[in-house]
Amino acid sequence: MPFRALISPPLAGLAAAQRLSFQRIRGRGLRTTAAALVLSGCSGRQSVLDPAGSDAQALFTLFVSLLVGAAILWVAMNGLFYWFTRRSTGTLPERSGRMLILFGGVIAPTVVIGAVLLWGLSLLPDQRAPGDGLTVSVLGEQWWWRVEYTMEGVEGSVVSANEIRLPTGQRTDLRLTSDGVIHSLWVPALGGKMDMFPGRETRMSLEPVEPGIYRGQCAEFCGASHAWMAFMAVAMMPEDFATWLEAEAQDAAEPQSDAARRGLAVFQAAGCGACHTVRGTPAVGKVGPDLTHVGSRLTIGAGRLGATLDNIER
Amino acid sequence: MTSRSLSPLRPKPEGPFPPTEAMLDEQAPQGLDSDSANRLREVWKTPTGWRYWSAVNNSEVGKWYSLTAFFFMLCAGILALAMRVQLAAPDIEVMSADRYNQFFTMHGSAMMFLFAVPMFEAISIILLPGLLGARDMPFPRLSAFGYWSFLIGGVFVLGSLLFDAAPRAGWFMYPPLATEDAGPGSDIWLLGLSFIEVASIAAAVELIVGTLKCRPPGMRVNLMPLYAWYVLVVGGMILFAFPPLIAGDFLFELERSFDWPFFDPTRGGDPMLWQHLFWIFGHPEVYIIFLPSIAIAAMIVPTVAQRPIVGYSWIVLSAVGTGFLSFGLWVHHMYTTGLPTLSLGFFSAASEAVVIPTGVQLFAFLATLMAGRIRMILPMLWIAGALAIFTMGGLTGVMLALAPFDFQVHDTYFVVAHLHYTLFGGMVFPVMAGVYYYYPFIAKKTLSERLGRWAFWLIFTGFNVTFLPMHLTGLLGMPRRVYTYPEGLGWEVTNLISTVGAFVIAAGFAVFVWDLLRPKGSQPLCPRNPWKAGTLEWAHDVPEEPWGMRSIPYISTRYPLWEQPKFLDRVEEGRFYLPDAEEGLRETIVTSVIDARPILVQRVNTPTWITHIAAVFTGGAFIFPTFHLYTPAIVSGVLAVCAILYWLWTTTARPPEADMKDVGLGLRLPTYVSGPESCGWWAMWITMLGDATAFSSIVFGFFFYWTSNTAFPPPDALHAGAGAVAVAAAAFAAGWLLTIAARFTNRRGRVGAARAALAAGALSTCIGAAALIVSVLPLDPTSHVYPALMWALMVWIVAHAGVGLVMQLYCLAGSLTGKMTPRYEADIWNVSLYWHFFAVSALVACALMGPVARLL
Repeated sequence: MPFRALISPPLAGLAAAQRLSFQRIRGRGLRTTAAALVLSGCSGRQSVLDPAGSDAQALFTLFVSLLVGAAILWVAMNGLFYWFTRRSTGTLPERSGRMLILFGGVIAPTVVIGAVLLWGLSLLPDQRAPGDGLTVSVLGEQWWWRVEYTMEGVEGSVVSANEIRLPTGQRTDLRLTSDGVIHSLWVPALGGKMDMFPGRETRMSLEPVEPGIYRGQCAEFCGASHAWMAFMAVAMMPEDFATWLEAEAQDAAEPQSDAARRGLAVFQAAGCGACHTVRGTPAVGKVGPDLTHVGSRLTIGAGRLGATLDNIER
Repeated sequence: MTSRSLSPLRPKPEGPFPPTEAMLDEQAPQGLDSDSANRLREVWKTPTGWRYWSAVNNSEVGKWYSLTAFFFMLCAGILALAMRVQLAAPDIEVMSADRYNQFFTMHGSAMMFLFAVPMFEAISIILLPGLLGARDMPFPRLSAFGYWSFLIGGVFVLGSLLFDAAPRAGWFMYPPLATEDAGPGSDIWLLGLSFIEVASIAAAVELIVGTLKCRPPGMRVNLMPLYAWYVLVVGGMILFAFPPLIAGDFLFELERSFDWPFFDPTRGGDPMLWQHLFWIFGHPEVYIIFLPSIAIAAMIVPTVAQRPIVGYSWIVLSAVGTGFLSFGLWVHHMYTTGLPTLSLGFFSAASEAVVIPTGVQLFAFLATLMAGRIRMILPMLWIAGALAIFTMGGLTGVMLALAPFDFQVHDTYFVVAHLHYTLFGGMVFPVMAGVYYYYPFIAKKTLSERLGRWAFWLIFTGFNVTFLPMHLTGLLGMPRRVYTYPEGLGWEVTNLISTVGAFVIAAGFAVFVWDLLRPKGSQPLCPRNPWKAGTLEWAHDVPEEPWGMRSIPYISTRYPLWEQPKFLDRVEEGRFYLPDAEEGLRETIVTSVIDARPILVQRVNTPTWITHIAAVFTGGAFIFPTFHLYTPAIVSGVLAVCAILYWLWTTTARPPEADMKDVGLGLRLPTYVSGPESCGWWAMWITMLGDATAFSSIVFGFFFYWTSNTAFPPPDALHAGAGAVAVAAAAFAAGWLLTIAARFTNRRGRVGAARAALAAGALSTCIGAAALIVSVLPLDPTSHVYPALMWALMVWIVAHAGVGLVMQLYCLAGSLTGKMTPRYEADIWNVSLYWHFFAVSALVACALMGPVARLL
């Protein structure tokens, strides 16, 4: 497995694969962090004001400064208006009026926006900086996400869906495209968004700082179920990420219990494999999301539902 | 004959101008008694009974126009209330996602296309003649045609909601979502709103010509009321901003109807082209909405300060500057589309630069208030509210204009909050101020001060309760255009507050509507100039008279009511121009563009039904294709052309009964001019600027595909037939030269030669059009964007050739029937102007289809 050689220290890969495997669909429910999250609401953080990535952090600082400046300017402008119409209602010389136009309308704004532009635009190159080797390709579908992990200098890739895992402390490239209509990929806690177009590739990069689970959502209106087109971005310590990727690369584990075997039989008998792929089984459909290791994901239905047994039965 | 020897045939104004004080002090000439007033009143009388609806007066059409736009605004507001109910709590389903999508699409579209822009035009149609002391707009029937088109189009587009068939891809209709949407929704949007845009452009042409040519004698451009300056700037912006959208609509509808893949990436198209064309329209649109409202403030502020505005020329320059800058900012709606960092930086800087002209305008108002002695009035309360709200929207705009910050909040509720702050502060509040300020001008009564305060505080409070928390909702990560949202993301509280606030706004509007509509029969008339303003419109008559102004004044200051002695008395006693209507014709004075020297007595059109007929058939031509009913659409289009031709033939550029007319103060003016002195020539010139802009947008599309797509034109592509394209180019060039030749020979009295040239020109036009059609026949427009674009260019040029042909035949018919003679030649002047523009378009199109496509 070339992946293993490059990105992860030797691990008990097999065990991990078993733990996070297909059998969990009909398995014993969730006991991991996901369960706790599901109980606490639908999901992870989705706030610009609670940054967990270096890009989001820089923009948060910029925002707070702009907010303070804006508040001062708003009070000044409206205060002057109030003063001239309610307090000092007599005449003042027209010459000072002209000075007011020159200073308030030309000089002050030029200085202010000059400073704002210098700072704001200086952030621009960082926001789109190239990644450190890992690339996640995301293809927007109506209304879910195909996800594929590739590593610089490594052949092959790992395919998943509706969940993006990223290592902390390094910058990951995201290559975005779309199958039909325009979408936009956005994880507010990690950084800004980027639109996904059919027929062209756009790119962005993210650098999570703090491990955790962050909700992302499609930000460009994409039709009937736009509101429900979400996903989880999971930032993990690099070694955890490597472990996970290792496991994700495996085929689905053989069902271990009666229940799981029954599940596989139902999956096959109902024709689910016509649309869905579960690697290691005859199911190789490409229309719907890849369901290999779906049990390890935090949500199902593109972030719509918590990954609980009840929801899967729906 | 030389043209100089013809000059007695083309009379010039005679008599003293400008008038001296002594002349103005003289007693009015004999016969200026109640008889003349009665004659004038009779001529300008609005029809009564059912014929009332045939009126074309600016006061009536403007009233209908503004009330209709206001009604559409209330409809769009009700959609917003329904959406707020749906978003009041997480994960509820008051309405389906599909209905919600229709609602938000129509809320935005209706507010933009059925309220904001038409409202500006409606208010301007009401006010402009008053501000300029003109009796009416230069083309009253065009205003009426625009209004009836607007009404039909608006009812059609909004009515689609009742059939659950409304557009549902968002008000900017991004392809491929909108191109691939099943059902007629997208077509209703494209065709219905294109129809309204055409009407908007017609109104813009009229407003520009009105401002340039129908000012009172002496009102040089630097004496124009600021509102008129804004009309000029905004009219110009409409002229350059709407055509790219119309060109985009044209391509979009060709893709929807005939599967020509302009925006389909699988066949070489590119959805980004739509985004560019849409926002080249969409951003100036924001300022098209905002500047007229600043203009209203610019009329109210000097009245409140009881002194002339401080920094008149600063304001004019800033308005013009804002107009120009607004065309260089469109990319800030596209920061997250993956454009290169360099262009993000450029457009960030350009977007921020708009702060400067906007700041100058606001500070000029502050300076005026500072230098004046304040006399507070109710409209000023609305202006204060507008400033408080607009500055907030402006400051969040400064944040959004920075590309990196926009990466975060783009397409979130933060943007929704920002745009409502700018539009409420920059449009709704100033317009409300304008309604309170100008209501006495329109209805000769005042609105209630007490209800006005109630409405203000309800709307102001409700607005901030609704939209202030929305900034936070957006920062907490809520994207716009979601019909619902899950629990647990922290969006519940702010959404609920916003919903409550929306109903407070609605309550405020309910109070306002009651104040507007409550019976006022017993209420006394207001004084003539209730706010003690200084501008010309307040010379109106109380009680109302249909003539606008008793006599058209000579203007020598910016605030004639404050600064010109005995002004109102002189207007009233008919001492100025045109105090009578001896011939029983509606007339107004046309002046020169820069320095307002009187040059013509323009005969103005009277009430008619032809505008209704023309509007209905034009509507049919746009509406039938929505349902793929192409035969009725073509029939309807032909009938519309016939109606318009009848209208033009019977009422425009008719030879007058006398060459000169005495207009008073010893001045005699011609009653017929042609070429650059006439209103019609200016209207054609301005219309063609818009048309050329639309054509340029398609040419832009050609080069856009070339830069964005390495295989454009595809290496093995079949090109338009070279020979046929060459024949077309030659034939169009010949048609052009023959039309010009017809103008010259006609003017020199060689009528036979002119007729021959027109006939040959018409034949040449037909050959050109046929050759161009033949040149693209072998190409399959559904196979790839390149042949599709060749076909689109062909369709555009052939359609324009059709119009050019009709014009040539119109002149020929005019010459044969005596409507057009060597002396009365306005038609051929206007037609040859059309042909200048058309010939350039046609030759550019032929160059693209022939050599350029092969060389690229």
